[in-house]
Amino acid sequence: MGKELQVAALENGTAIDHIPSGAVFKVVSLLQLQKLNNRITIGNNLKSSKMGSKGIIKVADKFFREDELNRIALVAPNVNLNIIRNFEVVEKKKVVLPDEIVEIVKCNNPKCITNNEPMKTRFHVTDKEKVELQCHYCEIKIKKEEVVLL
Amino acid sequence: MRIKSLVNIVDYDRDDIYRIIKSASKFKQNPDRDLLQGKVCATLFFEPSTRTRLSFETAVNRLRGRIIGFSDSATSSSTKGESLKDTIMMVSNYADLIIMRHHLEGSARYASEISPIPIINAGDGSNQHPTQTMLDLFTIHETQGRLENLTITIVGDLKYGRAVHSLIQGLSHFNPSFNFVAPEELGIPDKYKTFCDNKKITYKEFTEFDPEAISRADILYMTRVQKERFTDLMEYEKVKNVYILRNRMLEDSKENLKVLHPLPRVKEIDQDVDENPKAYYFEQAKNGMYTRQAIICDLMEIEDDMSM
Repeated sequence: MGKELQVAALENGTAIDHIPSGAVFKVVSLLQLQKLNNRITIGNNLKSSKMGSKGIIKVADKFFREDELNRIALVAPNVNLNIIRNFEVVEKKKVVLPDEIVEIVKCNNPKCITNNEPMKTRFHVTDKEKVELQCHYCEIKIKKEEVVLL
Repeated sequence: MRIKSLVNIVDYDRDDIYRIIKSASKFKQNPDRDLLQGKVCATLFFEPSTRTRLSFETAVNRLRGRIIGFSDSATSSSTKGESLKDTIMMVSNYADLIIMRHHLEGSARYASEISPIPIINAGDGSNQHPTQTMLDLFTIHETQGRLENLTITIVGDLKYGRAVHSLIQGLSHFNPSFNFVAPEELGIPDKYKTFCDNKKITYKEFTEFDPEAISRADILYMTRVQKERFTDLMEYEKVKNVYILRNRMLEDSKENLKVLHPLPRVKEIDQDVDENPKAYYFEQAKNGMYTRQAIICDLMEIEDDMSM
């Protein structure tokens, strides 16, 4: 047995490593993995020398767009992304929080138009380090711990 | 670049503000023109507001424009569950401009994104009310001869005061100096202190209605302290009479000082101030009509033909 959980190596696909254990299922939700038919492996609460406890997600034969992957920065800014082809890691990436986030985050203001009208939410990232967002419509600011995903 | 809709005072830059002020002063000299002849303006007041609505409607009427709309969402198609988007799209078939007040924050911003015609935000929930700020800026300019380098004392509910927040943003282009006078529960939010710090705008905070805040001011902007904003009613009882302006408090004020208030005023300005020539709040309200005429014509790209 290796020091990691026995997870089949990917031939081709995307591996997301070093996800904080509390964020794993939020990442699943952000990437809409429940809608995919691809082979997916999700591991959580795995031992990590770096983090103590971590999660990993491997999606076979799926390569996400950069903007899709960057959504992960909302809940897990320090993940490692590995793009795999022919069992080799061809690219290593980090996620970067974009300047704007559309559709994924709910506005916490019940009096915001976005909670009362069929429309997409839109947030500006006002602080990338602290993950602070501002609603484009009602202008309230949301801190990282207040972020509610749609 | 000229904006299509006015949603927030920050949509206007410095040049825009001066342009509107110049135009408003021409309208003040002659508000009865036919610049909007043949135009239809829709006033969609999903949330009632008689004062603002009448000001806008008079502004349009005096320029020979026609008005359609509603003054209360109870009489509109929203009661049938029609979305805001559908209402805006429907009205844009009939009108050349929409002036809207809505109880939901962000509604005007959304309307401006989907509407093929210009939108003027006449108030979206507790968020923005840019035409109030524009008329405040016009009034300040009118009474002080300038907007630059003024000392503005703002009193009352600085935490929830929509007009206050917007005024701070509107004045930020002009190197102001602020005195913020408020009870602790209603003090200026950190968001706006940070805003001032980032723009290198100086300010001083007072919890007492300090004579220094009056004696050094060019403008004294009074706002109402509302009982319902207090979580601790005993605190309200303690402070309810502290932030009241009485005539004798203006004895040591500067000659150019003017007292402003976004109205309606309740107790915060004593009736004995009304006779003081420094009391300017009713003229300020009247300026609302001229300022709105200027904003309407500006958005509709109607040049006024009056030469000065």
